[in-house]
Amino acid sequence: MEEKKITKVSIVISKGGLDGVYPGLIMANGARMEGIEANLFFTFFGLDAIIKKRMGKIKIATVGNPGMHMPSLLGILPGFSAMATAMMKKTMDKLDIPPVPEFIEMVADAGCKLYACKATVDMFKLKKEDFCPQVDSIINVGAFYDMAAGGHIIFT
Amino acid sequence: MPQKQYGNAAVDVDAEGFMTNQAQWTREVAVAIAREEGIAELTPAHWKVIEFMQKDFKETGQAPTIRKLNKTGVMGTKELYELFPGGPAKKAAKIAGLKKPEGCV
Repeated sequence: MEEKKITKVSIVISKGGLDGVYPGLIMANGARMEGIEANLFFTFFGLDAIIKKRMGKIKIATVGNPGMHMPSLLGILPGFSAMATAMMKKTMDKLDIPPVPEFIEMVADAGCKLYACKATVDMFKLKKEDFCPQVDSIINVGAFYDMAAGGHIIFT
Repeated sequence: MPQKQYGNAAVDVDAEGFMTNQAQWTREVAVAIAREEGIAELTPAHWKVIEFMQKDFKETGQAPTIRKLNKTGVMGTKELYELFPGGPAKKAAKIAGLKKPEGCV
């Protein structure tokens, strides 16, 4: 028996840093590539990915990140995070994984809807103008559940 | 190996209907696959994408990503989704007679 196909996903991006925002972006874009309806909901430090001033400067955390496979002490060296980020970006570019601002544009052009979390926006005292134009609106958690109705929710 | 009949042509395909022998591809086969994928007519814009994909596949052995189609100026993301609704990278590769794209983006 063939499994019923997924037709809709709503993905929450809650973490900042490259490793925080990329998985959700790749999953949302991948959903659209399969003809699956997709929504992205950015909350807490995940908001960095859609804040105009920040989206181009997202780095990989080199301190307190066990995935880096190196002592955290090295990670505190000046410029270390920037260097690790540059290396990773180069590799990703070769795989056609775009930098964050371009990725946001691509996933929006692909028909994915982008939303910012109201609670975080209030907490960080942000305004609609602080966000890139691809952001549809600032919504509360209730509106998120409404929007996600009938689909799957993925939290990253 | 499974085969599919498109008009007078029988073509070898994989389990998902992607052609496995490029030599069997013709423009008529492409039109028939497109219809099956819900694209009633292949316009010059469709052909532009299809032809680029085939050329790029010859050079790299991989179907190009949506980003490559953007960067090379072939077609923007929005237009690609309009031309090939429901998954441009996969659908265009299928119509172009290429294997299924392997990448995640």
